[in-house]
Amino acid sequence: MNWITGTLGSSIGKKLMMAITGFSFCGFLAAHLAGNLTIYGGKDAFNGYAEHLHALGPLLTVAELVLLSLFLVHVITGLFLFLDNLKARPVRYAVNKTAGGRTFGSATMPYTGALILAFIIFHLLNFHFVDKTNTTIFTIVSDAFSNTGYVVVYIVAMVIAAIHVSHGFWSAFQTVGANQPKYMPLIRMVGTAFAVVVGIGFGFLPVYIFLLA
Amino acid sequence: MTKTINLTLKVWRQNGPKDKGRFDTYHAENISTDMSFLEMLDVVNDQLTIDEKAPIAFDHDCREGICGMCGCVVNGRVHGAEKGTTLCQLHMRHFADGDTIAIEPFRAMAFKVIKDLAVDRSSLDKIIQAGGYVSVKTGGTQDANAILVSQDVADLAMDAAQCIGCGACVASCPNASAMLFTSAKVSQLALLPQGKPEAAKRALNMVRTMDALGFGNCTNETECEAECPKEISITNIARLNREYLKAGLFSTSM
Repeated sequence: MNWITGTLGSSIGKKLMMAITGFSFCGFLAAHLAGNLTIYGGKDAFNGYAEHLHALGPLLTVAELVLLSLFLVHVITGLFLFLDNLKARPVRYAVNKTAGGRTFGSATMPYTGALILAFIIFHLLNFHFVDKTNTTIFTIVSDAFSNTGYVVVYIVAMVIAAIHVSHGFWSAFQTVGANQPKYMPLIRMVGTAFAVVVGIGFGFLPVYIFLLA
Repeated sequence: MTKTINLTLKVWRQNGPKDKGRFDTYHAENISTDMSFLEMLDVVNDQLTIDEKAPIAFDHDCREGICGMCGCVVNGRVHGAEKGTTLCQLHMRHFADGDTIAIEPFRAMAFKVIKDLAVDRSSLDKIIQAGGYVSVKTGGTQDANAILVSQDVADLAMDAAQCIGCGACVASCPNASAMLFTSAKVSQLALLPQGKPEAAKRALNMVRTMDALGFGNCTNETECEAECPKEISITNIARLNREYLKAGLFSTSM
């Protein structure tokens, strides 16, 4: 079994775990967004979507646990990588200048990651760990987003998520070794497009509900 | 008549690996714009020697851009701001009269400062020793064309083989990772038939050694590719990732 921990514990192995869990989150974001779009179908469509989801019963619990495990792997590995990388340059440069390789997204990955972690906890407290007896998810959501503060927090969080995805998406392909001149430009383009979809797709929902209320 | 310029230099001075180090200010006067950056430092050192002060220690050897010995961080840019050049090939015509230039050594945990701007990059040699070679039995030489290599693959291997091991990738990486170096050294062999028999062992041992030496982890910032004086592509890093994961998860090599 030594070969498993040996491979995954190495620098490339840790990156592989970040990439695979990152890919899963991209998939989750797409599914989550698709579900949320039912809001545009009105109150009944959105409540119906939530009901169908919860009708899955234990299957949903399993999915949640899988997601939580992936999340823990991503956060803990990310933290190790961040600390490792700080240690790798004990004396910093007095003058720092980029040669043009870094993007805003790539340079801020650990920080956007930490902010997303804080947001997810906030988000789960808002909509997941709440008393749902005698109310519907649509009521909870529209109550929350009648508050301008919530709307602003959610929009900012979605912009941060988009920035994180803008580097994470193509970077995950590079890490699993999928980079060659023929298709890398396409991956980069899809990554940017996906980041924009995440930012605008999720970011506009609170605005829509705020305007509706 | 050659143009001359006057410069203010802020140079990192450090007496040894244990010394804390500091910036000292020097004035480089009447520097010909035809000079290379290292020749400019030679002029400054001549004056320091005449003044009976310790000259600035810096690494250099061939001064033709092919040996990989020179390299400093000039105003925050490794080997200076020109694309695809080593420090010895950076000419003073790229600077203006009156410029202030900050000169720092390559900084990484795996690169200890020996003195001033001279750094110990033997950790890169250790990565090579871990597998950056092919084992060839002696005996009768076989026909040169017995093993076919397509021109495309030969070109890719040659692109990787351009690496001069200067350490610019490590110095420019925000994480001080040596992935571009290691990937170039793995790629130049893994691409060719002669390198394939030892490919799995090579990838595993070189990456393990790289990790053990205290280099950081690659986070795909792509600064290395932008600063590399030989313009080595990060597609080599993707190849190393493939080679390593293939070796770690699917080969019989331990």
